[in-house]
This record gives sequence, structure tokens and C-alpha cells, in this order.
Amino acid sequence: MIQRKECVAMLLAGGEGRRLGILTKKLAKPAIPFGGKYRIIDFTLSNCTNSGIDTVGVLTQYQPLVLNAHIGIGIPWDLDRKNGGVSLLSPFAEKGGGRWYKGTANAIYQNICFIEQYDPEYLLVISGDHIYKMDYSALLSYHKERNSEATIAVIQVPWEEASRFGILSVGFEGKIIQFEEKPPKPKSNLVSMGVYMFNWPILREYLKKDERDKGSSNDFGKDVIPMMLREGRRLFAYPFQGYWKDVGTIESLWQSSMDLLVEEPELNLFDREWRIYSVSPNHPPQYLAPGARARRSLINEGCVIYGEVENSILFHGVYVGPGSVVKDSVILANAKIGEGVQVEKAIIGEETVVGDNCRIGFDNGGSGGKPADITLVEEHSLIPGNMIIRSISR
Amino acid sequence: MKHVMGVINLSEKDGCYDLQELTRQRCIASIPFGGRYRIIDFVLSNMVNSGINNVGIFTLNKYRSLLDHLGSGKVWDLHRKKDGLFILPPMEPCAAEGPRGDMGYLYEHIDYLRNSSQKTVVYAGGNMIFNTDFREAVSFHREMQADITVLYKDMGMGGEDLSRYKKVALDDDARVVAMEAEPGQMKCSRIFMDIIIVGKPLLLDLITDCFKGEGRRMCSLVNDGIVPNLSSLKIFGFPHRGYLAAIDSLSCYYRHSMGLLQPEVSRELFFNPGFIYTKSNDEPPARYGEDALVQNSLVANGCHIEGEVQNSILFRGVRVHRGATVKDSIVMQKCLIEEGASLDTVILDKEACISRGRELKGSRENPMVVGKRAKM
Repeated sequence: MIQRKECVAMLLAGGEGRRLGILTKKLAKPAIPFGGKYRIIDFTLSNCTNSGIDTVGVLTQYQPLVLNAHIGIGIPWDLDRKNGGVSLLSPFAEKGGGRWYKGTANAIYQNICFIEQYDPEYLLVISGDHIYKMDYSALLSYHKERNSEATIAVIQVPWEEASRFGILSVGFEGKIIQFEEKPPKPKSNLVSMGVYMFNWPILREYLKKDERDKGSSNDFGKDVIPMMLREGRRLFAYPFQGYWKDVGTIESLWQSSMDLLVEEPELNLFDREWRIYSVSPNHPPQYLAPGARARRSLINEGCVIYGEVENSILFHGVYVGPGSVVKDSVILANAKIGEGVQVEKAIIGEETVVGDNCRIGFDNGGSGGKPADITLVEEHSLIPGNMIIRSISR
Repeated sequence: MKHVMGVINLSEKDGCYDLQELTRQRCIASIPFGGRYRIIDFVLSNMVNSGINNVGIFTLNKYRSLLDHLGSGKVWDLHRKKDGLFILPPMEPCAAEGPRGDMGYLYEHIDYLRNSSQKTVVYAGGNMIFNTDFREAVSFHREMQADITVLYKDMGMGGEDLSRYKKVALDDDARVVAMEAEPGQMKCSRIFMDIIIVGKPLLLDLITDCFKGEGRRMCSLVNDGIVPNLSSLKIFGFPHRGYLAAIDSLSCYYRHSMGLLQPEVSRELFFNPGFIYTKSNDEPPARYGEDALVQNSLVANGCHIEGEVQNSILFRGVRVHRGATVKDSIVMQKCLIEEGASLDTVILDKEACISRGRELKGSRENPMVVGKRAKM
């Protein structure tokens, strides 16, 4: 018999991340490497385990191979459990035929059976696309205190970015009055973080109702939340303070990486009380040779550095040859940078080999004007020596 | 290798060798090494990489940190339904009576050996650091139809002082013709690696024979099982051609740690022929500050460096503040080196704290050791 769980988490990890170009050619957005050793989904999975949530359904759809291999049976997050733990939930076929997940709400709807096994009171719906550290147990307490039926975590964003998100209008004691998904003219800059706490029995009815509506796009933000509001349900906003990022584009991925390198980063990876767990590649410590230099950088295990690394992030097993300079860049796992190479403002894919004396990325030369674009080098590329690779300006 | 099991016996070595502070609260096998490993990781990973799925570890004393490190054996893929990792502490740790010596501990747990389905045993001590695939030695053992194969390393003449190690002499057919019961008698460069390959029935016989009569209380596998039987048993020697660090003293620990700063040594020890596994502790990547200057050093994850580090090994989670200098030193997990402090040829045990402006200096022969959680 399966033990009852108070709260079950459903993690939406099927995102394609279309605006991330070749980075998401072979993997889903939650599987994108970040911060020198993590994948984006590690943040939400670690949040779950650090918040005491031990039952997590991960909904995959787009390019799930890397994600599936990464999550496995959940060992790094202590989610390999007899009761609960992590379950990978891909779309499946049944008697009436197979179906893809049509939208976020439909993905949960199709897995009602999975959730019902645990007979939970509350259902936490989160997205594997976001980078943040959040204690979901505090969200649950807030939800219970207000006798809420659905609670949406919200954060303030700069006005110019607000129209990319779901916008909330909030009244007395955080009660949600209005919810608009990506409005062209946002009325507030309080946006939904894509973190929802529901009373499961109520949500279940709404999911069924939404499914019957043929005109619905089966999305939480567009359909289910507005429907609950229309019917006068008690919905509250949970104000979150701290770092939260939806890295939707290559620019924002690069920028969030650079944000980790400032003196006091907003996202503290060194917090021992709230560790971010990931699959350990089990490499030896990094080696910096005589003559090497590393400044303002995050460097992961297994790296071997003969050259200079400045303001950059190196994933595990990266080699930087003598005389090479890596600046303002992100180098993914096991890439090899030869001798005398210059890399500036670039993202270099996994296992890529850069030949000697290449120049990769824009050379600003200290001149003013508009900032240079990011140069993206695909994974497993072989770049012969003496090549010059620059970003194509958009 | 389905028919081969591994035994790591930590019972003989501890107490013989003095690593001062480093072994105050732990056995030699559990001493941190190479920025993130413990000494036992090497022999254990070697066994697993050779396809051995059943490993028994005989511990004698100070094994709390070892147990914490080994856990269920998951890291080495030894958390198994069938076989896996067996940790075998002494039955009665304080008993003055009863059989002792490394054979004594095997005798106490003879049921473990009997119950294991494997026919051949790779038997090793716990203070050797090397990277090898035992499959080669095991097939040599089979080809020669040996009763016992001892692994040795030819250290070459004229190098370091070998008088502390037990040596072996071979004839042209690789048969062992002489072996030291006590080190320091033979003049030769082949040292015994504290590793033998032996058929399990013979091992069981040697153990039980040891404790047959009255009055036999101390028994050593080498001295009582191998040395007296050199002519009656077929005992062969098999060479280890790679790097070997036999850790038996503080200066030796220091020297071999520093040896890792040669990339060819660390590449071999960490990767070749197999990966060395260890418990991971989910530290973030190492962080280098604006003024960090780190050269010829090994740095583990979770370090945050703002000062200067030269020719040193930094374990996980070490913090080096601005203006601090670390030179020719080994700094273990979670140590804190405050502003302006300076270390020269020092070994800091875990979680030590060197306060602002302190200067510590040791020598190569006698590196200064700062104990675990000490505040200086």
C-alpha cells in the first residue's frame, strides 16, 4: 500500500526553450547546463528535497533523453525512495490512442492517476525552467494560513519585462483579483513565478472541467487560473523575495551566468543550508599550472588550466591550453581549448575542441557602442586551428 | 572476475606507522588525500574497476570516519543485493585474549570468507596509493597456476630509502625465492605492495592452521603464511609498473601529495587505467575572486579563493581570504585562512582556522601539522 502524502509536487519539464537556439537542439530547457555544474532543473529538484517534499512527478515531453539520464532514480536529490521519490512521467498511449501533453494543465490532467496514488491534500505545480531557491514548505504554510484554494508565488520584475509573464492584480491580504497571461500592456509588475500550490480535490475538478472545454488551451495561466477566479475561488499571491530567473534566451542565460561572478551574487551557490544537488561527474580536483591565472570565475572539478580564465564559468573537465585567454564566457563540460586561443563573450558547447590560435567571440577592443553579441559554439564541434569565429549580429 | 573477491585488511598497518595528528582520530586508510579522496578510495576503486563485486574491509580501530566515508558502498557500486561491501570490525575490540595479528581478524570473520562464493581472493592492505587493473595480475596467477601471487613494485636503486619496506627477491621465472619478514635486511629494490592473490581454499587453510595449536596468538599472513612456505608453495611475484605511494609516515604523505602537482602523476593516479571514486559532497564549483592568484595547485570544489596559492593542494570548501598566502601546503576540507595569514609547508587537517596575520612554517622533512578543528 502506498502511504498518503500531504503534498505532492508536479514538475513541468517538457519545455522546448525555442529561443535558446542550438542549446536546446538535443535537450529540453530544464536540462540546460548552468552555473558550472548544474542543470536548470537541479534548482527545483533541490528546492523540493530541501523543502521536505519527497514525492515529485517530473513531466517530460520534448527531447527527454538527457533529462531522463540526469534524473535517473533521483539519487543526487535523495529522491530514491520506497514511498514516493521521483517519477518520470512522459506522455503515454492508452486504449483510446496516444496523446501529447497539450498544455501545462493537460499534463497534470493526464497524470491524475499518478497523483491519486498518494491521495494528497495539496498539489505543488512547479516549472523546471526557472532558477531560484525557494522553501515550498513556507509557501504551503502561507497557503494553509489563508485558507487558500490556490496560491501563486509572485515576484516583482522590472516593468519593461513584465509583459513576458503572467501578471497579477492583488487586493487585500494578497487575494488575487485578476490574472492576465502575457498582456501587451501589463497593469502591474507583479508576475507569476509559475509556482502554484493547489488544494488537490479542488484542482482536480477544475482540471476535468477544463478538459471538457474544447476551446481551452489547457494551460494553467491562460485557462485554469482565470476560470477559478471567474468562479470566485479563494486565490492568493505569495510574495517571493530573492533571485528568480527564467532563462528564456541565450542572452539571459549568459547574463545569469555572469551574475554569479559578481562580488556578492544574488544567487548564492555556497549556502550550505540550501545546497543545490546535481549528478556528480566524480572528477579529480582542478589543476592550475604554473603560469595559469583564474580570476572572478567559477571553475568545476576536473578542469586543467594552463592559460588565463577571467570572469568565466568552466564546467567539469575543461582544458585551457597555455597562452589561451578565456574571458566573459561559459565553457561547457569537457571542452578543450588549445594553445594561444582567445575566447571572449562566448558559450562553448560540451566536448567541443577548439584548435590552437583560434579567436572566438567578438573583440570589443574597448570601443563604445552597443554591446557585442554572444558567440555560441555547438557541442561536439571540432574547430581547426587559426579560425576566427564571431557572432552573427541580429 | 566474477570468481574473485577483494579483502582489504586494515588491521596490521595501523599502529605501526605514525602519521601524528592525521591519525589521531582516523585510520591510515581514511586519511584525506589528493584534494577530495581518502587513501582507501584507490585500492577500493581499483578492485571495483577490475570487476570485483564483493569486497570485505577488515577494520581494527578508529574507523568512525571510515564508516562515514564508505556508507553503503553506493559510490563504488557496492550497494548490492548479492555480494557488495562488507565492513568487518573486530568481534571484541578490547579483548586481550584471543587470536590477533592480521590473520586473527580474518579468523574472527572466517565465516564471511567461507560464505562468499568466490574462489580467488585479492588481499590488500590499506595504505597504498596506486591505480591498477587487477585483472592482469589475476590472469598471471591463473596462468602460472600459482598458489600465491605477491604484487611488488620495483622502486629502482639510488632513489628513496627503502629500508622501511618489506622486499621480495624473484628468480628468472618470477618465482619468489626470498621475502622479508621484517624490513631492512635484504638489499634489493623490489618492495612488497601488501597485496597478494590467493585461492580461497588455501587462504582458509593458512588461517585455520595458524590457530590450531595452543599458544598461537599472533599471526601474520606474510610472516606465518608466506615466508615459511616459499619452497613448499608456488609463490610468484607480479610487478606493478605504475606509480606507487606507500603512505607510512608524515613526510611520505607530504611528498606523495606534492607529487600530484606533476600532471603526469595525477593523470595516472586519478584516471589510468580506471577512475577513482569517492563520496561526493555537492559543493559548488570553486570560486576565484578578483585578486586570486593560484598556480601549480590542485583545487577542489567549494573552495573560495581570494588570496594567493602556490604549489598547494586545497580540499573541498576551503576559504582563502584576500591577502592570505598558501605555499607548498596541504589544506584539508573546510579550512579557513583569514586575511594576511600565511602558510608555508603546512598540513592543515579538516576545519582548521588560521586567524588573521598568523604565519606558520614547516619544512619538507618535517611539515607542520595543524590538527582537526584547531584555531590558530
